[in-house]
Amino acid sequence: MKKILLIGNPNVGKSVIFSRLTGVNVIASNYPGTTVEFTKGYMRLGDEKTEIIDVPGTYGLDPNSKAEEVAVQMLKDGDLVINVVDSTNLERNLNLTLQLLKDRIPVIIALNLWDEAKHIGIHIDVKKLERILGVPVIPTCAITGEGIRRLVSQFFNAKAGTIHYEEDKRWEKVGEIIGQVQRVVHRHHTFLDSLEDASIKPVTGIPIALLIISATFTVIRFIGESLISYIFEPIFENLWAPLIMRLSNLLGNQGFIHDILIGKLVQGKIDFFESLGLLTTGLFVPFAAVLPYVFAFYLVLSFLEDSGYLPRLAVLVDNVMHKLGLHGLAIIPMMLGLGCNVPGAMATRVLETKRERFISATLMAISVPCMAQIAIIVGLIGRFGAKGMGTVFGTLFIVWIVLGILLNKIMKGESPEIFVEIPPYRLPYLGALLKKLWMRTKGFLRQAIPYVLLGVFFVNVLYSLGIIEFVSKLTAPIVTGILGLPKEAVGALIIGFLRKDVAVGMLLPLGLNLSQIIVASVVLAMYFPCVATFAVLIKELGIKDMLKSALIMIISALVVGGLLNLILSS
Amino acid sequence: MYRVDLTQLEVGEWGTVVEIQGGFGLVRRLESLGIRVGKKLTKISSQFMRGPITVRIDNFQVALGFGMARKIIVRVKR
Repeated sequence: MKKILLIGNPNVGKSVIFSRLTGVNVIASNYPGTTVEFTKGYMRLGDEKTEIIDVPGTYGLDPNSKAEEVAVQMLKDGDLVINVVDSTNLERNLNLTLQLLKDRIPVIIALNLWDEAKHIGIHIDVKKLERILGVPVIPTCAITGEGIRRLVSQFFNAKAGTIHYEEDKRWEKVGEIIGQVQRVVHRHHTFLDSLEDASIKPVTGIPIALLIISATFTVIRFIGESLISYIFEPIFENLWAPLIMRLSNLLGNQGFIHDILIGKLVQGKIDFFESLGLLTTGLFVPFAAVLPYVFAFYLVLSFLEDSGYLPRLAVLVDNVMHKLGLHGLAIIPMMLGLGCNVPGAMATRVLETKRERFISATLMAISVPCMAQIAIIVGLIGRFGAKGMGTVFGTLFIVWIVLGILLNKIMKGESPEIFVEIPPYRLPYLGALLKKLWMRTKGFLRQAIPYVLLGVFFVNVLYSLGIIEFVSKLTAPIVTGILGLPKEAVGALIIGFLRKDVAVGMLLPLGLNLSQIIVASVVLAMYFPCVATFAVLIKELGIKDMLKSALIMIISALVVGGLLNLILSS
Repeated sequence: MYRVDLTQLEVGEWGTVVEIQGGFGLVRRLESLGIRVGKKLTKISSQFMRGPITVRIDNFQVALGFGMARKIIVRVKR
């Protein structure tokens, strides 16, 4: 057996089973379409190394979205299919199962969410189902690991299905099977059911949404700030700074090596924001300024994802999103983009059309700043009070709306209607949530640290070679003339391509006033994506559309920056 | 017995799907999520200004746009 495919409806727990089998951790959440691209992992079966593939969820084998196309493509070269089935929705899931059984590929069925089915009074006769379908059926509860061992032990018993039915009578066959194997005991309305209904009816749902969103930001700020002021800043100020000062004295407090490693001393001392050395700003920015907020954001986001709330939010905002040429589900890439634009750009695949993917990716790249950038903007502007921050984020929000409306007007076509399964509320499983949080935090550190260090290194090199000075003379008409910033601010725009957080940090030594900081922060958020996002966008949109998107970014950054400058300086 | 489309169904009311007024593509798309002739569904919510409709079928919920909802005809007892 060389290649095993995990196939099933969206949101039935394929990714959780995948992690169980391979030990490879993948992001799993409680909404359809968490996995948009297949993930590979390996497991040992006897003496053989077997490839396991986590295929994006699909409702059938005639694809309706890009993710489903991937699934159908994959099916062509697998040796075994593990068909993951949601026991609580056997009927709908069997539709795909019957289609799979028509293929010649051996199938084994994992009846996942088995505990939940029992809990809500659904009884399935497993033996009978096995007999009817002619393939092994194993009840599992992937999140706790129950049944996984049995599933693996049955791999070699898998065989191609023996069931026969007419293609246009498939649903009748499904109904027939359900009648034979499933018994449903009536259950009472629970508290979670009432909460489900309340959060999707507009009259109660909109206040609940506002409450959840404001609670989200309060919690993120509280955790982020607490981590910074009680843990990270004390460590850097009290433990790290004295060490670095000693090194600085050893190096004679100046010189090229000193500048690269430690940077410039501010009034004889290290300033972790302004010094711009690898060992000072280069470490402080990712660890002490950004990490706490990224951690807090992902903690809250993971909770929201696993609870099943996000698709309900998507339904509530559907109307607004239609004005922007999108539909409600586009809120998911936007939310993910707030953490990091890279997963945000990939999540645009939950949208059906190319037009929607273009609009959502462009809007996200322009007006959804990532948490790293937000953290530094908060650090930079927070000291001037809430008004400055309100102006920055309020402007970005207005840009998001206005640009969306414009793109919707200009681009041919219209947005398709939302059509999505709304998952039940589930209490997030702590173990899984912490694992996801750890994966994302680790992912951030692994991605951010090299780029931050590279960014800080480049700043020093570009300054000492006189390149920033040279470019700033060339771009002065734009940077100073239109945006009202000192011409040296172009340095931040150059470095912003590597890391936006470092770039925002570079504004500090320029001695800007509040309105200049506001203009610069907004322009830095909008003008271009960072290199990591840029690479993903090229992959998702194709070069031609990416160039169009980039042109929109640059133009709108200049227009908005110029207008802001006019308004704020008058 | 009345025939109404999904948008005309009251919130909390249930009905049985009797017709889907759309082409093969729409029928197939709805079918894949479990909406097909003969299924019983309960309306959970509708949004302001012709927003999406949410229905419960068996054990799951589906949200669908107003335009799609209008093409799904159900029979209700009133």
